[in-house]
Amino acid sequence: MNLENFTIEKIKESLIKREFSASELVRAYLEKIEKEDKKIKSFLRVCPELAMEKAKEIDEMIFTQREMPPLAGVPCVIKDNILVEGVECTAGSKILENYVAPYDATVVKKLKEAGAIILGKTNLDEFAMGSSTENSAFFPTKNPLDLTRVPGGSSGGSAAAVAANFCVFALGSDTGGSIRQPASFCGIVGLKPTYGSVSRYGLIAFASSLEQIGPMTKNVKDCKIVFDVIKGKDDKDSTSIEFPCSRYPSEPLKEMKIGVPKEYLTQGIDEEVKNKIKETLRRYEEMGAKILEISLPHTEYALPCYYIIAPSEASANLARYDGIKYGFSKSTKNQMLNVYLESRGKGFGKEVRRRIMLGTFSLSVGYFDAYYLRAAKVRTLVIKDFEEAFEKVDLIFTPTTPTLPFKLGEKIQDPLQMYLSDVFTVPVNLAGLPAISIPVGKVKNLPVGLQIIGKHFEEEKIFKAALMYELSAKNK
Amino acid sequence: MISKEEIKHIAKLARLGLSKKEIETYQQELSKILEYIEKLKEIDISEVEPTFHPLKIKNVKREDLDSKKDLYLVKKLLESMPETKNGYLKVKKVL
Repeated sequence: MNLENFTIEKIKESLIKREFSASELVRAYLEKIEKEDKKIKSFLRVCPELAMEKAKEIDEMIFTQREMPPLAGVPCVIKDNILVEGVECTAGSKILENYVAPYDATVVKKLKEAGAIILGKTNLDEFAMGSSTENSAFFPTKNPLDLTRVPGGSSGGSAAAVAANFCVFALGSDTGGSIRQPASFCGIVGLKPTYGSVSRYGLIAFASSLEQIGPMTKNVKDCKIVFDVIKGKDDKDSTSIEFPCSRYPSEPLKEMKIGVPKEYLTQGIDEEVKNKIKETLRRYEEMGAKILEISLPHTEYALPCYYIIAPSEASANLARYDGIKYGFSKSTKNQMLNVYLESRGKGFGKEVRRRIMLGTFSLSVGYFDAYYLRAAKVRTLVIKDFEEAFEKVDLIFTPTTPTLPFKLGEKIQDPLQMYLSDVFTVPVNLAGLPAISIPVGKVKNLPVGLQIIGKHFEEEKIFKAALMYELSAKNK
Repeated sequence: MISKEEIKHIAKLARLGLSKKEIETYQQELSKILEYIEKLKEIDISEVEPTFHPLKIKNVKREDLDSKKDLYLVKKLLESMPETKNGYLKVKKVL
């Protein structure tokens, strides 16, 4: 079996033609993981029993049913901050080391109903806070394309597992770039959907007004298939809304106007990344798209704004880990306060504590107006920039990251340097917009990602533009 | 630069038990990050409304109905607690 070439469609076709069974397919993936993940370390937990059980179910279905669900027999992996019933869910943290998920996240329920086979849970920066997966409390994950480099983060385990062909697709979560940046670093496709289009029920909360669950795949078509399965309103997430289907664009891409913000190609970007993006823009021009220079004047304020809002929300969300109800619990004295102090002091890692401190500071008496409220106002200005730009253009194109994948250990000692690797992805979360990262070639054997940003609920337009590049690259 | 006393105060509010050395490290690191965030003071925001949420949705409610008791879930939640007694969560002394 050649796992490298497997896509959702290919698997469906092969299963129907009985070229192999779902059980044989799963066994092949499990063997590959067993053999090769030792050097990449993308998994926190592999679930062979769960996977084989589901595979058997699919094999029986093939004999009895005429219509197969959209993901029947497709092996996937889930970032370890999304709950799968009966399986440990750690969020990459010691504070949840032995926590067993008591229910399925809505997205997981939907994947299971669609016939997908979950192979395991993937590594991440603790509580999704980081851009390299080095903040995992357990071990760092390596980039399958170059083992001396990081896979990006925080969904680094998911991205590495897709790139290493340990699965056909993965779920990740994106709070400030955590799907798109690792997708870019590992040369795969990753979508951060419009805020509210995918249920967050069963996602371990980090920053509730910013994050979304999304697909990470080997190509654009698979990305669309998975997105169509997981999207939709969920009564268990009051911020989820029904995805309007009427927004399907009928006009051909030829007449589409693509905006390129000048701020994104001037500050702190590697020359080689910039050149690759310019080359990609020329390709789109050849295909008939119109490229326009636009301005998003508050771009430089988006990152500091994010680093107040995200930690503030995190400090509130992470208050629930108190050593009382579940998870790691420690106390050397028979006092309630000591349970809090010791469980949280020892259970959380360095970056998580740093962000809780920063968030608590921004929300505390005397600093609230100057920090949190000011950031919330700047957020309005960042959103306005996008609104004005989208009056002139259909889509916005930017590099996904300012640099190529960096080396393990290169930025871990300097939090600010690490934060800067999200500079192009963070504004999208502040505005709740959808954006995809697609691979557009390599520089020095390392992948470069193009970020395509759309208006709210215009994922279809994004897919269309992304697919166009993919097809042209194939025909070249 | 943020003072050591302030760091101690924030750690207390956040219920984080920090060692002496950690307090010093966070004093350095948070000061550096806050310095970077100072950048936001360059913008005039006097006429701007804050955004707390990216969607214009408000007061999403559900019907106020008695939910079915899920004993299976209750059992699993109890199993994940560090200490229980007679089906209750056990905590340490509060006062």
